[in-house]
Amino acid sequence: MDFKLTYKPYGERSVLIEWPAVIKENILHDLLHFKDVVLSKNIKQLVEIKHTYNSLLIIYEHINSNFNNKISTLKTLYLTRSNAIKPPSRLWKIPVCYDTSFGLDLEEISIINKIAIKDIITLHTGAIYTVYFIGFLPGFLYLGGLDNRLSISRKPTPRLNIEKGAVAIGGNQTGVYPSQSPGGWQIIGNSPISFFNPKDEIPCFANAGDKIMFYPITTNKHNDIKTLVNAGVYQLKSEAIDG
Amino acid sequence: MVKVLNPGFYSSIQDMGRIGYQNYGVPCSGVMDTYSALLANMLIGNNQDAPVLEMTMTGASLQFYTDTYIVICGANMSPRLNESPVLNNTVIKVNVGDIISFGKLKAGFRCYLSVLKGFKSDSVLGSCSMYSGISKQAVLLKHDELQIESSSVLFDNKHAAIKVKENHLTSRIIEVFKGPEFDLLSKTQQGLLFSKVFSISKDNNRMAYQLNECMDNTLPSIITSGVLPGTIQLTPSGRLIILMRDCQTTGGYPRVLQLKESSINVLSQKFTNDSIKFVLNTY
Repeated sequence: MDFKLTYKPYGERSVLIEWPAVIKENILHDLLHFKDVVLSKNIKQLVEIKHTYNSLLIIYEHINSNFNNKISTLKTLYLTRSNAIKPPSRLWKIPVCYDTSFGLDLEEISIINKIAIKDIITLHTGAIYTVYFIGFLPGFLYLGGLDNRLSISRKPTPRLNIEKGAVAIGGNQTGVYPSQSPGGWQIIGNSPISFFNPKDEIPCFANAGDKIMFYPITTNKHNDIKTLVNAGVYQLKSEAIDG
Repeated sequence: MVKVLNPGFYSSIQDMGRIGYQNYGVPCSGVMDTYSALLANMLIGNNQDAPVLEMTMTGASLQFYTDTYIVICGANMSPRLNESPVLNNTVIKVNVGDIISFGKLKAGFRCYLSVLKGFKSDSVLGSCSMYSGISKQAVLLKHDELQIESSSVLFDNKHAAIKVKENHLTSRIIEVFKGPEFDLLSKTQQGLLFSKVFSISKDNNRMAYQLNECMDNTLPSIITSGVLPGTIQLTPSGRLIILMRDCQTTGGYPRVLQLKESSINVLSQKFTNDSIKFVLNTY
């Protein structure tokens, strides 16, 4: 299906393409497909494309004077694109320690949302999340699919230092802090996995369109995995998903 | 090799930035004022993306252990070669043992120092630009040793007579385009952006410059979308934030204006309480 897209120049050398302003998987798949189409055309001077829930930002190398040409080329590409074949994706299984030594806000969520801590863990590990895009911090995955019962407002005052690997909830989103950072999300656990490795040519293991599952581990297991991760020998579990 | 005797307030190695990794949440980084950094590289005959030293507010003190040539551009920080004043925008011969240092900040805010063939720092994800969590270090520290190529031969340089833009450090005009959410602002708000004189708040750094003056704002946040260096965001409390080179790749505040590339350079030379005025460009 064709969505009604808007095309806007953004600064001197970028074009912003927007889908309807909702968070939906069919929009994600359409924009990822269109992104692949644009990339496959090897458009001269295109240096970078980044996407979010409902937008593609296409960045050109040189300062543009003629946006109309660029925009009409992109419009034609969208309307004449082939049907999307869902590219292969993976389901990544992420170990998380939900011990209260890591899950600093489990108790608060339990009180505010009137839900037992063990049920918070069951709900958080019971869902399959979709990776929409990576933003905010290097390796920070924007995930969709959080159970409504876990939705909780951000902290009124952000913490100055959130530990690397903190698994957190902010509004109706959940995610993992890939590095130490300030942040206002409610922390429920910690994953020993590295979500960003600047030494790798492709610094993140997960791609937009992939799925993520969390499974609970003990503090001892967290320690063991962390040691393996630091030594660079930990093998993250994943499986291919049929399109 | 160049030894950092004193790093100054905030100094880092930067090139033209990390290109092609924003989709992994990696900021562009790179020199804040590309105009001055390019000039420093061109005057010495380097490639335009050769890594340079960017110094903020106060200059570094550097001892050279290799013969080379350097050029200093951008902010005027009263540069000295072994206690004798030297000039910005000129090629300076530096010998083993020489010390380059800086004094009073006379104009601008960010100063660039290029060495012949560039600083040889580690490239991570296609760039030598320092950024916390990506490069080994985020800023230069006392006793750091910066590798440079040993070369005392200055190549024939066709750019040596280049003319420097006189108003680059003094201009208060920031040229902008409409941002993606500009049209959602009321006519009054739109008018205000171009009639008011704004000033830089004390919250200004490589990630963003906040402005002191607030605006009434009724716009809701947007679904997280892409942002760029030079994007002006309007927060729910009415604060204007101008994103700079180390900014996040995505954001959820309405993007009301977008700076012209050359105006990002002009703004990089401004600091706390400097006043600026936005002028609208059309596409």
